[in-house]
Amino acid sequence: MIELLDIRKAFNQNRPNEYWALHGIDLAIEAGKVTAFRGPSGSGKTTLLTIVGCLSRPTSGRVRFKGEDISALPERFLTDIRRQSFGFVFQQFNLIKGLSALENVILPAFPTGRPRAELVARAGELFARLQLAHRAQARVEWLSGGEQQRVAIARALINDPEVIIADEPTANLDTALSMEFMAILEGFTAAGKTVLLTSHDPLVVESSAVHRVVGMRDGRLIGD
Amino acid sequence: MSPWLEKQFHLIDFTLASLARRKTRNLGLLVVYTLLVFVLASLTLYSNALRSEAKHVLAGSPEVILQRMVAGRHDLIPPGYLDKIGRIRGVQKKEGRLWGYYYDPVLNANYTFMARPASEVADGMIMVGEALARERGLAKNNTISFRSYSGKLFTFEVAAVLSPDSELLSADLVLLSEDDFRRFFEYPDGHYTDIALSVANPQEVRNVAAKLTAALPDSRPILREEVQRTYQSVFDWREGILLTVLAGAILAFAILAWEKASGLSAEEKREIGILKAIGWETGDVIRMKVWEGLLISLTAFLGGFLAAYVHVFHFGAAVFAPVLKGWSVLYPKFALVPAVDGLQVATLFFFTVFPYTAAILVPIWRAAITDPDAVMR
Amino acid sequence: MLFQPAIIALLLAAGLAVLMLLLATPFALQVIRRWDMASGSELQLILERRTYLFSTLVSFVLVVQLGALLLFVFNADRLAAMFVGAMCAVGTLNVNEWGFPALIAQMLVFFLAAAWLAINHVDTQARDYPLVRIKYGLLIVLLPFLAASFWLQFRYFSGLKANVITSCCGSMFSTEAESIAGDLSALPPLPAIWLFYSAMAVTTLLALWHWRRRGAVSGGLLALLSAAGFVVAMTGVLSFVSLYIYEHPHHHCPFCILKPEYDYRGYALYLPLFAATAAGLGAGAIQPFARVASLRAIVPRVSARLAALTAAGFLLFTVVATGFVLASNLILIEH
Repeated sequence: MIELLDIRKAFNQNRPNEYWALHGIDLAIEAGKVTAFRGPSGSGKTTLLTIVGCLSRPTSGRVRFKGEDISALPERFLTDIRRQSFGFVFQQFNLIKGLSALENVILPAFPTGRPRAELVARAGELFARLQLAHRAQARVEWLSGGEQQRVAIARALINDPEVIIADEPTANLDTALSMEFMAILEGFTAAGKTVLLTSHDPLVVESSAVHRVVGMRDGRLIGD
Repeated sequence: MSPWLEKQFHLIDFTLASLARRKTRNLGLLVVYTLLVFVLASLTLYSNALRSEAKHVLAGSPEVILQRMVAGRHDLIPPGYLDKIGRIRGVQKKEGRLWGYYYDPVLNANYTFMARPASEVADGMIMVGEALARERGLAKNNTISFRSYSGKLFTFEVAAVLSPDSELLSADLVLLSEDDFRRFFEYPDGHYTDIALSVANPQEVRNVAAKLTAALPDSRPILREEVQRTYQSVFDWREGILLTVLAGAILAFAILAWEKASGLSAEEKREIGILKAIGWETGDVIRMKVWEGLLISLTAFLGGFLAAYVHVFHFGAAVFAPVLKGWSVLYPKFALVPAVDGLQVATLFFFTVFPYTAAILVPIWRAAITDPDAVMR
Repeated sequence: MLFQPAIIALLLAAGLAVLMLLLATPFALQVIRRWDMASGSELQLILERRTYLFSTLVSFVLVVQLGALLLFVFNADRLAAMFVGAMCAVGTLNVNEWGFPALIAQMLVFFLAAAWLAINHVDTQARDYPLVRIKYGLLIVLLPFLAASFWLQFRYFSGLKANVITSCCGSMFSTEAESIAGDLSALPPLPAIWLFYSAMAVTTLLALWHWRRRGAVSGGLLALLSAAGFVVAMTGVLSFVSLYIYEHPHHHCPFCILKPEYDYRGYALYLPLFAATAAGLGAGAIQPFARVASLRAIVPRVSARLAALTAAGFLLFTVVATGFVLASNLILIEH
């Protein structure tokens, strides 16, 4: 589904503090599976996820998504692909304070111009599935950590993407909530979605829900 | 509904919510913006009202006024002068007028004394303008004395107070009979102040003026349209000068808008980062921010303009009157007839919304190009 | 006579537009020299992001120019009181030789900016931004036009001296005047009406044809016909529509219909006309790129939409004009 060919990524290019976060990554990611990237912080796993998730472009190398080369696409079209095909669950949840859970969930669909009624109905389904229906109108800063994460998950699903990307999803959760998250994750696989996540939480990477673990260090892959 | 329209509604929704969330931050800018519109709108509304007032005044005045010149100075019309004009084609009516100024030491103000035919004002009676009546506490049937320039005291009875339709015209006016006028000012018999001619067809005014100059080389015809032009340019010029002075304020405001728009709080930057990460495009963020600017602009414009309207037409433009009006002391209070003009509103809109929008474009763009992956770092 | 609020506003708008494009020029040159779509270097990312700024700026300039065009005519009309012989905008514009050139430059800038935005729009739809260099070259080409418009306006306004005796619409658009304007107005009503309606019909039909068929040839033709349609439409306004609005058989003037005395009816005529012409020119401006690989699907789609807008605009204009004629009490043609 996603193929990476000799991916390199530099920050602060041509400046004294130039820094290469990725040094030539070759990787193929299968559809419908859960792939976890494991590695210490600074190993480049988050940078790799941003490239896979069309959040940024590699400095060099090729990215193929469903057979199409997207490595040289301008941001405008990367955003289109990202909006349709990827859903993100961030480590800090990154919800917008002051808005209700419902408003937060439908935000990613605003640029599509789908009617509001349709969005609210879709969000309602997601809330029901994630047992959040009673909190839909609550402001996100009043929600507990677990609830916030479920709002973030609902937001990732509003545009019905094929791929879910989660960056350190359990870093801010206790064991019980982490287990709950893994259960939701299995639901995704059952629904045929591809999941990519980074983690160094043994609970995640050793879970049976994860099909493949990719190790990383210093911007390079280390054996599966 | 088309997706495009639906999307604009979503963007406006989000903008309204985010404006509401940052009330205090936006309030400051909104207040300054509204104040700027208020000042500029008061200025334009006021000068426009004066302009239409002047137009109103002139509408009732004769098309041509003939003055006699002696050594380049305005002089009295000698007897027989009226007849010398003879018949000129197009002139409907010609009459000698008598008027002058009187300085009243009580109010430190100048009044205009004007003679009317005996059929309108009887000897010993006067009619006075509203402002004058107010200042001197006069009402119908009161008597008032004026000491003439020759030192004699004259007493008049007030026959009527002139209606305040257009106060600018009649505020300082005193109407009295011709005989009284001549006695009061010791005006030589048979002489007049000037001659008024009515010309029905505006196309002929210039021809009439040319004929007058030919017939009476020592005279100067003053055309109403020329006076009108002078008024307009004087008011326009004053307004323009004030605007130029206020350009500093507009510039300061634009800088403030720029500052406000570029000094995004960490929270706002984070929000834009989130929006971009979850699928908003740079163009979407720009559009959202442009909507925000438009909403602020329109609110400030409407608010400022309405406040200015009330200020000018209900409170007599208390703040700006001294600068723009500034001639006689007799106008402490005169209600302007509400007059709003499309060009003024359009110009005002240009002067306020345009600099604001121009100032926020680059900061908006800067905010919108936040890296979408910023939130993951 | 520069100290007039509306004049200051106009000069400010024109000057700022020039300044904006001037400041953008170095970046445009950089885009032309350094653009490399295949590269993922940070420079390329920066350049791509700057393109957003440019399209926003040019859109802004376009909106401002349209506003300025209206304000310019509005203001000229108002200033007429200041000049002997002037009764509407025509007189004011005739006060010196810069008046009409300034107006025409203003319209030209508006149409050019519209064409640029059409090209920009198709370019940003294609995944490889194939027209980036051309677009930014054209942006630099746009600059002298803006500068010329600013200069003409400045010359015009600084040369405005009250008391200049000027000629008015009565003499300029009178049927005896030996000028293009006079010739256009001198068209006898019946042929003028024929010409007007056939031109509007042909332009609208071609726009509809292009809307359905989307061919490059009809697109180019649409631009030509829109421009011609604009001229014929103005001729129609001069030679008979204005007469019906004024209900006066000899008052040919394209400006007086903007006055409040005539209920601002001119705006209802000119807004659809300008929109239609701009859309038609835009549809033509993108045709040369119809064969670029990545634009093959996009150009026909966009130009079809523009053609629909052109058809709607000309149709609306014709309907509004016809409405004014039918509602009028003037009888030009005996039945």
